[in-house]
Amino acid sequence: MWGKLSLEAIPYHEPIIMGAVGLMALAGLALVAYLTRARKWGWLWNEWLTSVDHKKIGLMYLLVALVMLLRGFADALMMRAQLALAAGEALGYLPPEHYDQIFTAHGVIMIFFVAMPLVIGLMNIVVPLQIGARDVAFPFLNSLSFWLFAVSALLVNVSLALGEFAATGWLAYAPLSGIEFSPGVGVDYWIWALQISGVGTLLTGVNFFVTILKMRAPGMTMMRMPVFTWTALCTNVLIIAAFPILTVTVALLSLDRYLGMHFFTNDGGGNAMMYVNLIWAWGHPEVYILILPMFGVFSEVIATFSRKRLFGYTTLVWATVVITLASFIVWLHHFFTMGAGANVNAFFGIATMLIAIPTGVKIFNWLFTMYRGRVRFTTPVLWTLGFMVTFTIGGMTGVMLALPGLNFVLHNSLFVIAHFHNVIIGGVVFGAMAGLAYWFPKATGFTLDETWGKRAFWCWLVGFYVAFVPLYVLSFHGAVRRMNHYANADWQPMMIIAALGSLIILAGIVCQVIQLVVSVRDREKNRDLSGDPWDGRTLEWATTSPPPFYNFAHTPVIAERDAFWDAKRRGESPLPEARDYQPIHMPRNTGAGVIISLFAFGLGFALVWHIWWLAGLSALGAFVAFLVRAFATDIDYYVGAEEVARIEAGRPAHPTASSSSLHEQPQEAF
Amino acid sequence: MTLSPRPGWRRLVPVSPLLLSGCGSALLDPKGQIGAEQKSLLLTSTGLMLIVVIPVIVMTLWFAWRYRHTNTLARYLPDWAHSNRIEAVVWAVPCVIILILGVMTWKSSHSLDPHQPLESDEAPLEIQAVAMDWKWLFIYPEQGVAAVNEVALPVGVPVHFRVTSASVMNALFIPQLGSQIYAMTGMDNDLYLIADEAGVYAGKSTNYSGVGYSDMVFDAHASDREAFADWIAARQAAEASLDAEAFEELAEPTRAHPVEYFGAVDGELYDYILARYQGGEPHHTAPEG
Repeated sequence: MWGKLSLEAIPYHEPIIMGAVGLMALAGLALVAYLTRARKWGWLWNEWLTSVDHKKIGLMYLLVALVMLLRGFADALMMRAQLALAAGEALGYLPPEHYDQIFTAHGVIMIFFVAMPLVIGLMNIVVPLQIGARDVAFPFLNSLSFWLFAVSALLVNVSLALGEFAATGWLAYAPLSGIEFSPGVGVDYWIWALQISGVGTLLTGVNFFVTILKMRAPGMTMMRMPVFTWTALCTNVLIIAAFPILTVTVALLSLDRYLGMHFFTNDGGGNAMMYVNLIWAWGHPEVYILILPMFGVFSEVIATFSRKRLFGYTTLVWATVVITLASFIVWLHHFFTMGAGANVNAFFGIATMLIAIPTGVKIFNWLFTMYRGRVRFTTPVLWTLGFMVTFTIGGMTGVMLALPGLNFVLHNSLFVIAHFHNVIIGGVVFGAMAGLAYWFPKATGFTLDETWGKRAFWCWLVGFYVAFVPLYVLSFHGAVRRMNHYANADWQPMMIIAALGSLIILAGIVCQVIQLVVSVRDREKNRDLSGDPWDGRTLEWATTSPPPFYNFAHTPVIAERDAFWDAKRRGESPLPEARDYQPIHMPRNTGAGVIISLFAFGLGFALVWHIWWLAGLSALGAFVAFLVRAFATDIDYYVGAEEVARIEAGRPAHPTASSSSLHEQPQEAF
Repeated sequence: MTLSPRPGWRRLVPVSPLLLSGCGSALLDPKGQIGAEQKSLLLTSTGLMLIVVIPVIVMTLWFAWRYRHTNTLARYLPDWAHSNRIEAVVWAVPCVIILILGVMTWKSSHSLDPHQPLESDEAPLEIQAVAMDWKWLFIYPEQGVAAVNEVALPVGVPVHFRVTSASVMNALFIPQLGSQIYAMTGMDNDLYLIADEAGVYAGKSTNYSGVGYSDMVFDAHASDREAFADWIAARQAAEASLDAEAFEELAEPTRAHPVEYFGAVDGELYDYILARYQGGEPHHTAPEG
């Protein structure tokens, strides 16, 4: 009846796990109790869960990402504590059975359930506003993408309380992840969490690709698009091209595990090297999926806060396009040590280094954007400066890893760990934090507290170096990744310093939580009445904060790149005069995304535990819910012209007038 | 019996991991030709890249400070967004550096190719290394002996490791000697190394392979020819022998497996291990001549 599931699946004997599960259960109960007491269930369902508004979906992505960041970071603290203790004869407090799940969960959570939703959440909030659209191309698909992602995050957390998570490393290399060597349900949780969220991500890719290509405001040619939109476009091209590879690879692995096939097994003619190739054919573009939009964030932030045009817009766009294409021809650099011949290794090494050129040029573009500007040291700018310094170092260590001859001694050592945290924390996390601080007032209507934001930045920056420089050093001593304990007690001091670094980062995260609480408490004081708190340059700042659900009462018309900035300088508005309102065509909210995704969760859970009847029922349920939605006709409506006029009249005065006085007169030309 | 006791310098010189200097740092204190070449690659490539990295960091901090918005003395050109001269420089400098690194990559990929025999007057010593759950088996086919979690090699003689796995993927790595290579079932991989100095060097697997992974460590004893011959002779005196049947027994998963010796080894054993999973057809990894 219940497949492999029994009461023994609950890890009663593991106090750490049970403690974590208890905490999560308590938090969940408290939330349910609050919603019930405040009679907020209806509000939650109508305003949020069924919303197809890209701004609300974006905020929900960010919320889940921040919650999962806490979970993934708890894993990081446990790992650093283990390695600070487990030197010489000592074995630490985490046996490999548990520790191996922790490093796997840490990687999976941080990439799929923190970094990805940060990227997609920011795209959701910003892209339609930047291109002057009223929503994305397929609003219901957007809701479905989010909920597929959210139930996958839930599935990963369920693995904590029921059964186990994969203990294979975040990419679950075969044959270790095959049924012979990993007979438990851990890898199955990994498989179905990735498959379900992967479908959501692919739908997002298609959605935003179409949105950016087809829904730009009149006059916004490709080369007038804001840089963040450009990088989002490239990221979505990468998603469309790369995620199907992941889906197929994981599907083949599940055929091996469920039906006894032999794609990646040791015997029966399977080929584990094929798995490694395929997973990285997705995995390498994936890192660009994460970093490219952050390049966009830094470009917007540095231009806005330097009050200056972005230096070398055309170069930056082409550099991004080149990186997008090149990201598909470098995957082999993740396994030079497999034993391919010298020519193959040299090709992939050189291809990898070529990517360093456009990336390096981008850094210079941001540098020369500050040059002869007026740089304000706001929180987003601090994150950007921290990025420019940290990412440059990460880029250097990346090129070192790309040299096959050198990779032979650095591969799978702590050098690799230090390098990718160098670029992912220094690039993706810093970028997401900059973007969050920058666009938060646009999404919510009030700015984030600057004091706590700056404290968070300094803790993250210092914490990063204290945590990861010791790992670079230890890698020169032969320390490798994923080890549970080490005989060489000389490494312990460095491991302790690294653990202290992770505590400094923890302080940064605490500052961010306080920042959020303080900002919500003081929201009336920090309200953004102008819609343009930073003296922005692009269209999203031309509407109020938060924008009305239809974003723009009139579709804006664009004649130049920094549309809003140039209009402000002329004392005009890029938006047509506020009269003659027309009815606005908008999508209706729908519960279909939530319902289909809950069935998908049931399907995933049933497949993990081999509960076949539940799997069949859930698949049928998801399919029927999809059909019902597909044949639904009442999916959109018009907001009447009087209604628009009423909403517009209730909004604060148009932002244009207030900010023009901020402008300094330009000086003589260069 | 082990061939050379822990060398004195290890105890005499306090090894501080806080120092990035050579002593005690495996990669910066290589004991073999391959490792030495990799050390020079490490230093050259870092030096080359610092030519860009240091100016970028300095310029970031300097520009940000110089053009801070309170500094109204600095020039302000809000519409200045293009300069052919600057574009030329910022493209040219990384291009030149990557060109140099590219040439280095091509050359070193070939000179450090793990499949390529080392140039030497000495014939290479063949050692067959088998990754198992969770230990290393080293077979000396010419000498007919084998050891678990210990390997010995003569100084100054190139060693040809043939590397495979009896289980999941692992990687053979002795940091002070240089390169690592993956160990995979059914694949006959190569790794040529040489020790130029006697000593005991830590070896390990670098590719995570399951719960016993952290204990897949071994000592590599490099010593002069006489001591190496003594080591072989002592192994030949061991009573245990290793054939396919004994191998299957050894293949049962164990953790922190103690050092173990086999005085006689079936000459076909390595081929048997290679063919174990692939229906009798072993593959060699080297795709090119």
